Amino acid sequence: MTARIWILALFPVMLAGCNGFQNAMGGDGAESANFVSLFKLFMVVCTVMYFIIVAAMAVAIWRRRKSALTVDDRRHHETSHLVTPVLFGWTGLIVVGLTALTVASFLTDRSNAASAMKPALHLTVTANQWWWDVRYEQPDVSTTVRTANELHLPVDTPVHVTLKSTDVIHSFWIPNLAGKQDLIPGRMTDVQLLPRKTGLYRGQCAEFCGIQHTQMALDVTVESKTDFERWYSSQLATAKPPATPLQLAGLRYFTTRECSACHNIGGTPAGGQVAPDLTHFASRRSIAAGAMPMNKGNLYGWIADPQSLKPGSHMPTVGLEPSELHALVAYLETLK
Amino acid sequence: MSLRFRNSLVPLLLLAALCSCDREERQGRGKPVSETVPTASPDTVFLATQKLPPLDARALSYERNASAISEGQRLYNWMNCSGCHFHGGGGMGVALMDDKWRYGGRIDQIVASIAEGRPNGMPAWRGKLTEQQMWQIAAYVRSLSGQVPKDSVSARADETSNTPPQTQVKREPTTPADSAEQ
Repeated sequence: MTARIWILALFPVMLAGCNGFQNAMGGDGAESANFVSLFKLFMVVCTVMYFIIVAAMAVAIWRRRKSALTVDDRRHHETSHLVTPVLFGWTGLIVVGLTALTVASFLTDRSNAASAMKPALHLTVTANQWWWDVRYEQPDVSTTVRTANELHLPVDTPVHVTLKSTDVIHSFWIPNLAGKQDLIPGRMTDVQLLPRKTGLYRGQCAEFCGIQHTQMALDVTVESKTDFERWYSSQLATAKPPATPLQLAGLRYFTTRECSACHNIGGTPAGGQVAPDLTHFASRRSIAAGAMPMNKGNLYGWIADPQSLKPGSHMPTVGLEPSELHALVAYLETLK
Repeated sequence: MSLRFRNSLVPLLLLAALCSCDREERQGRGKPVSETVPTASPDTVFLATQKLPPLDARALSYERNASAISEGQRLYNWMNCSGCHFHGGGGMGVALMDDKWRYGGRIDQIVASIAEGRPNGMPAWRGKLTEQQMWQIAAYVRSLSGQVPKDSVSARADETSNTPPQTQVKREPTTPADSAEQ
């Protein structure tokens, strides 16, 4: 008995998972809001049906016990005159209920499709083990923006996202905004987003993709259109030149040594394309695809020994001298 | 089966099962940081008449490790080795899937070729890749001519390929440096 009470007491703990920034019931995007209302309708209809069935069973059990219809009085073959209308009513209820749910489901799909008919923004998100490569596509290539592990979206603007993968199957999921969509190597898939509320959300890879699957998150910022324009124009700029000798030493190390073999910093000779673009690295909320918040301490730890913080990640432990580490952190912090 | 035979066989079989446990062991962090500081590679080109120095102790830990070889394959494409060597068949760069090794076909000799670069276009990667990454690429390069154990290579190539999978690549004999076609 006490065990049962304990299990019941633990149920509210599960609700702790329903925090604001990663919540499938958040309804902060058009698709998510549609989903939440459809879910509620299904919940109400199914709950009502459930209680009707349980009540019918209870009545049946109760009637049997009280009944005088036994074999002895030779009336056992007679059915109650109530059975026929109840069965007709029951069939009618099922037909009406299922039709209502089918129509609601169809209308939800239709609404989802309609909200994505005329996208105002085109993105390409490429999943890699274990980070997200994000590209804002423009007809004029010089205004294309490449970033990593973050999405900035203007509110009330339909966005079309093309999804690709370079290695294994991943799944793109921003629970507050829309449902999941797989990213499959050698194929293009897509998803539509229509954010309705400004705020900070978190996306997460939703298909097991290897050892660091859990640390493959996406920081999503939904902001007003003017804030988005401001962010976008700041992303178009190349990296700021270093201002101090220490920062210059960091830039020198970055562009001539291991870092630039994989990473790109716009406006410098560092042009690697196989790792996150770091042009505006310090303006992001987190390091290593949401593995840790962006701050000086984490930056030191991550650059000094990524393999102890995100084991298996493709960022190698380079073995930097302390002076090189100080210089790199000083430079990377300027990449706002 | 005698009881005595069975008693000795079971522990032996259990022991044998353990042998494959390190096949995919990840060498995430690799060695202590101090060991990853690049050191000058020894001269690794030897004449056929010369006696080769003993093999580097790290060789087997890379060649018998599936994770190291597949990381090597990833880096081989990322660092555009395929730009010149293609996927082993050679193009602007020499073929890596045949039996000819101008600068030696042992894994430590290949690491030295990657680190130092070689004449006629092979760039030096010292300071651009970590030592661990160079060893991983070298292990993958060895797998192209079937030099590594078959149970540690991938049965599926990352690229489209019309050659047999690496698990079926014939092991080419390595020809010493000076007798190779120059």
